[in-house]
Amino acid sequence: MASNTDISERQRSARQRLRIIAGHLQKSEGNEHTALSAQECKAETPRSNAAKVTAVPKRRQEILKWNGWGYSDSRFFFNKKGQAEFTGRRYRLSGLILPSLKDWFEGTFGANLQHKTPATASLNVSAVPPPNLNELFVEELKTAGVALSTDPEDRVFRSHGHCLHEIFALREGRIGKIPDLVVWPSCHDDVVKIVELACKHNVCLIPYGGGTSVSSALECPPEETRSIVSLDTSQMNRILWIDEKNLTAHVEAGIIGQDLERQLNESGYCTGHEPDSMEFSSLGGWVATRASGMKKNIYGNIEDLVVHIKMVTPRGVIEKSCQGPRLSTGPDIHHFILGSEGTLGVVTEVTMKIRPLPEYQKYGSVVFPNFQQGVACLREVAKQRCAPASIRLMDNEQFQFGHALKPQVSSIFTSFLEGLKKFYITKFKGFDPHHLCVATLLFEGDREKVLQHEKQVYDIAAKFGGLAAGEDNGQRGYMLTFVIAYLRDLGMDYYVIGESFETSVPWDRVLDLCRNVKERIVRECKERGVQFPPLSTCRVTQTYDAGACVYFYFAFNYRGLSDPIHVYEQVEHAAREEILANGGSLSHHHGVGKLRKEWMRETVSNVGLGMLKSVKEYVDPNNIFGNRNLL
Amino acid sequence: MASKVIYSLRDSTPKKRDDFEDILEERRNSSDLRYALKCYTPAVYRNLVPCKSSMLKNLVLQSEPLRYVIEQVSAESGESREVVQEEASQVLEEMAHRLQLSTVRFFAFTLSKAFKALYRSVRVNEEGIQRLQQAIQEHPVVLLPSHRSYIDFLMMSYLLFTYDLALPVIAAGMDFISMKFVGEMLRMSGAFFIRRSFGGDRLYWAVFSEYVKTILRNGYAPIEFFLEGTRSRTAKSLTPKTGLLNIVMEPFFKGEVFDVNLVPVSISYERILEESLYARELLGVPKPKESTSGLLKARRILSEDFGTMHVYFGAPVSVRSLAQSHINRSQYNLVPRHIPQRPAADTQAFVNDVAFHLVRLQEENMVLKPWALISTLLLKNPDGVELSTLTQQVDWLRRLALSFGAFLDWPDGEPCSKVISSSLTTHRNLAGVSGGRVRLVFPEASGAGLSAEEAEFNRAVTVLSCGSYRNQMLHVFVRPALLAVAMHSANSSRRDEIYNCFDFLRNIFSNEFILCPGASVQDFEEACYLLVKCGAVQESQQEVVMSSSGQATLSFLCSLMEPFLQGYQVVCRYLCEDTQEDLPEKNFVPAVRNFALRLILAGSLKCYEALSSDLQKNALAALIRLKAVKKVKTGDQVTLKINKMAVNSLEDMLGGKIPTQKPVLARL
Repeated sequence: MASNTDISERQRSARQRLRIIAGHLQKSEGNEHTALSAQECKAETPRSNAAKVTAVPKRRQEILKWNGWGYSDSRFFFNKKGQAEFTGRRYRLSGLILPSLKDWFEGTFGANLQHKTPATASLNVSAVPPPNLNELFVEELKTAGVALSTDPEDRVFRSHGHCLHEIFALREGRIGKIPDLVVWPSCHDDVVKIVELACKHNVCLIPYGGGTSVSSALECPPEETRSIVSLDTSQMNRILWIDEKNLTAHVEAGIIGQDLERQLNESGYCTGHEPDSMEFSSLGGWVATRASGMKKNIYGNIEDLVVHIKMVTPRGVIEKSCQGPRLSTGPDIHHFILGSEGTLGVVTEVTMKIRPLPEYQKYGSVVFPNFQQGVACLREVAKQRCAPASIRLMDNEQFQFGHALKPQVSSIFTSFLEGLKKFYITKFKGFDPHHLCVATLLFEGDREKVLQHEKQVYDIAAKFGGLAAGEDNGQRGYMLTFVIAYLRDLGMDYYVIGESFETSVPWDRVLDLCRNVKERIVRECKERGVQFPPLSTCRVTQTYDAGACVYFYFAFNYRGLSDPIHVYEQVEHAAREEILANGGSLSHHHGVGKLRKEWMRETVSNVGLGMLKSVKEYVDPNNIFGNRNLL
Repeated sequence: MASKVIYSLRDSTPKKRDDFEDILEERRNSSDLRYALKCYTPAVYRNLVPCKSSMLKNLVLQSEPLRYVIEQVSAESGESREVVQEEASQVLEEMAHRLQLSTVRFFAFTLSKAFKALYRSVRVNEEGIQRLQQAIQEHPVVLLPSHRSYIDFLMMSYLLFTYDLALPVIAAGMDFISMKFVGEMLRMSGAFFIRRSFGGDRLYWAVFSEYVKTILRNGYAPIEFFLEGTRSRTAKSLTPKTGLLNIVMEPFFKGEVFDVNLVPVSISYERILEESLYARELLGVPKPKESTSGLLKARRILSEDFGTMHVYFGAPVSVRSLAQSHINRSQYNLVPRHIPQRPAADTQAFVNDVAFHLVRLQEENMVLKPWALISTLLLKNPDGVELSTLTQQVDWLRRLALSFGAFLDWPDGEPCSKVISSSLTTHRNLAGVSGGRVRLVFPEASGAGLSAEEAEFNRAVTVLSCGSYRNQMLHVFVRPALLAVAMHSANSSRRDEIYNCFDFLRNIFSNEFILCPGASVQDFEEACYLLVKCGAVQESQQEVVMSSSGQATLSFLCSLMEPFLQGYQVVCRYLCEDTQEDLPEKNFVPAVRNFALRLILAGSLKCYEALSSDLQKNALAALIRLKAVKKVKTGDQVTLKINKMAVNSLEDMLGGKIPTQKPVLARL
């Protein structure tokens, strides 16, 4: 952040808040990223923005990995002593040694540090197919002054999300079909122009936000013969205005989560929308996939947060005429846009609810003797509608996973305390270390109310045999979310592949679904020749009045398999079938993309699918937005 | 059709079966008391929710499904919740088991003594036991033994105790409860009791199904019940009942358990304890009511020799694998799972198919004794056979049975004649050698005043008893035998016409034998395959013809079906000739019996099986299914309305005049 001598008091306190909020996320918010000045938009905007800082530059390759998750400078590796370390300076874990990760890793996966599967070091540019350009389209774009690129790196970066098969292929240096051209509109009007030209010249547009999709949504359809243009919204990243009377902010849809929060924080506000991918994912992406944030209990999911959406479609611009908080004007047109996954158009601007920054924030954790008790407690919390900003329940395997990520303890005293705590829980309270599980909590609000709220939740927990287990455990739980993707890259260095997937399910089926899906994964792996039992673990990450969101992590050692990705996909497929058979949904917030398309019909019924198709046919008859997601 | 891919028993490779161990051997060499008091620590289900049998009752009473039904019943009947709840609690009290290890140990001791007295050996496949042990730990287990004798469930629990496996909770008929002391003893060794009929009683059904499901879900104990519902009096497997099977599968359908293992168990007897009792029962001498004193009187049987018993624990069948691509479990997503739902038609069909599949698995692993072959041949020749001829025939039949995949227990390396004589010793009450001829033994002339009817009844007892041993091996031959009859009556070698006949016969006899519904084509192909394999038939695209050496085989197979064909014809004749168009159902069996007896006395009928109430009832069921007879309920009375034309034409068809009007070529 540019240093400025007259930062107002308010801004400074805002920064302070941010540091705490982003505590689980970032080591220091004062990073030294290359500041890029946004291209001056030629269209008139309500407020001119001077130079601003964005965490992810236009040339993503400058700071992001090309074949793995996140920042190039942040990665796990096993040092010469066989201890795991996390590099870089961005995260709380950065620069720390994790002494127990190796044993957990080897024990859980039967992996061996001697058996490495290193990734291709760098992108072989000559392997990238030449672009199939629509010359007239390119000409007209240039005339219109829209930034564009045919650089192989730029194109490869925008050809994928973060599904296992996508990253695995990149690590092996395999490049599939990629966009032929990347364009960077800098404002709504640029998008209008691009879409007009695309229609005129019949090219295929694929909107690209933060690139964190895990549904194969960004994959270029192999059957597409037209020129494919990746429409990168990252340069439309300004907060256009803030309305303090109505507590709304009007924001360009390309802004990524961390920038949005940071900039709002400077004015003393936040959206409170914090999906696990918020470091990289964009506002437009959230809208297009119906994203959910971990603090939705206070702030709501994306559909609760948006007040107004502007989207450019081949038919023109769709938006509502007012910003009334609720409308009874037929079916809500926002719901055609929310979850449309880039098949109808590009979301360019969004008016979003904002909230004053909370005064106080506190982590917490509760240990339960077993998963059943934990789920019962979460259910009760949901019933009493007193869920904290976030409440998550990890199963035993994930609890142990979390433990393996404990950094080296600096003092004898802390390790003594840890030992005592462990003794108390397992010996004195009689919790079986192979069954106990942990709920992590995050409270937010006025200090007094937080403390009161905390007591209420802990009291409920106690009724289900829960023991408060400290703030540290809670915070570490949330950290796990942000580093898990980095850990997958580490696993892939040693024959371990994995993925996470999610669902939502009514309360009464949570336990059955978790047990059956985990077991199905284990069984399918065995049947498909996976040599070592997989890691198959889950957690309940969101609570609702009528159900919960459940997240599964699944990983295995693929030594001895000739086509590990195929095996992986078969197992994930079986797991999804199992989810659906147990009353779970196709997706809670990851979306459908191309990965889960096959189940759409049974999910929404024939008529439902027909409705969606007819909307697509009206809005985009020539399939300009041809990513072929969803339908 | 739902039954399409669940099973295919037609293997080209001979079936690999496990070896047996005699468990009585050790009993004869060591202390029974020490055995009964041994340390018993069975391996349990890995997700076991530990609970006592008293807690189990509470769990059931407080379960959501039961509470739901209690609410409903109370709302509909106007009774208060508490009253209905109390009623449910009493039902449960009457039903629930009270497994006690001490009782089990008592049984272990006494049964050791009894089994050693009754049987020469009790042979068990230990690999099956190992598979079962594995299965018990993995998923809830349902044990499904065949049911030929009261010994079945005693033996099952005895074996599980012997092998240190979890003791089952056994569904038993209410009849036992009347045996004062014994009923309670059985309860304390794991039996729970269900009423024979409770069709309309919603509360009873709810308590019962929730009781079973709770046991299953919590992995409390393996559940054991008899698919056939009751003891088969004829040694043929009975058409399976699906009620309980449906209940134990539902927790899987609804996702409450990951899987359920169904373990078919085949229990075969060389000589059945209830042998002549069954025959008398079939002839209309009512079954003695179970009573403790009756049991004590039966003591004298302890001095008799019942030969060898075989218990074969089949491979566990995973409900999950069976249901794959047959059951769409998400159909349960939209209604809370505690609300009872009538299973959908396709679910019902699926459960039915599974039931048949399991019974066939039971049949497949039934061990056949030489006596089954001998009695078959003796029944064909009521006047007896030369010992040497019999020896030849038995040897021939043995080879035929083996080529059809029969599970024969044949003494290694012993000459056939010796095998026959040893069988005859065990079954000397049924057959014997006199004057170099082997013939059936009829208990004649005990008291000169025997009327002609009584004499015939006595002969019938022997024939039906022997018949039950022949029946033991019918499942091996039934499909080829139906084909043989079809070939004989089709008067054509065209494949489609033969199939038509086959399909008709199969349809007629589908209450008589285990013929899976909707599997006509598979059965036909299986039959063709077996007959081609044994060289009796040649098969081409269009035709099925007898081969030059096939005569003996085919006529033998036809003769196997003869008693059934004749018996059914007798039933038809009775309905056509000897009764009004309206017949009270309760008169049906005695009337047919009298009719048949008259024919026998007149010398125009040789087939004693026509006297069997089992056959008569099966025939009636077939006629009702084929709509030749209609069942009409008026008040308490059930009347049979007979369509004489239809019955008459069925009789003709059974007599070999099977018209082959519409070829069903498409289905082949």
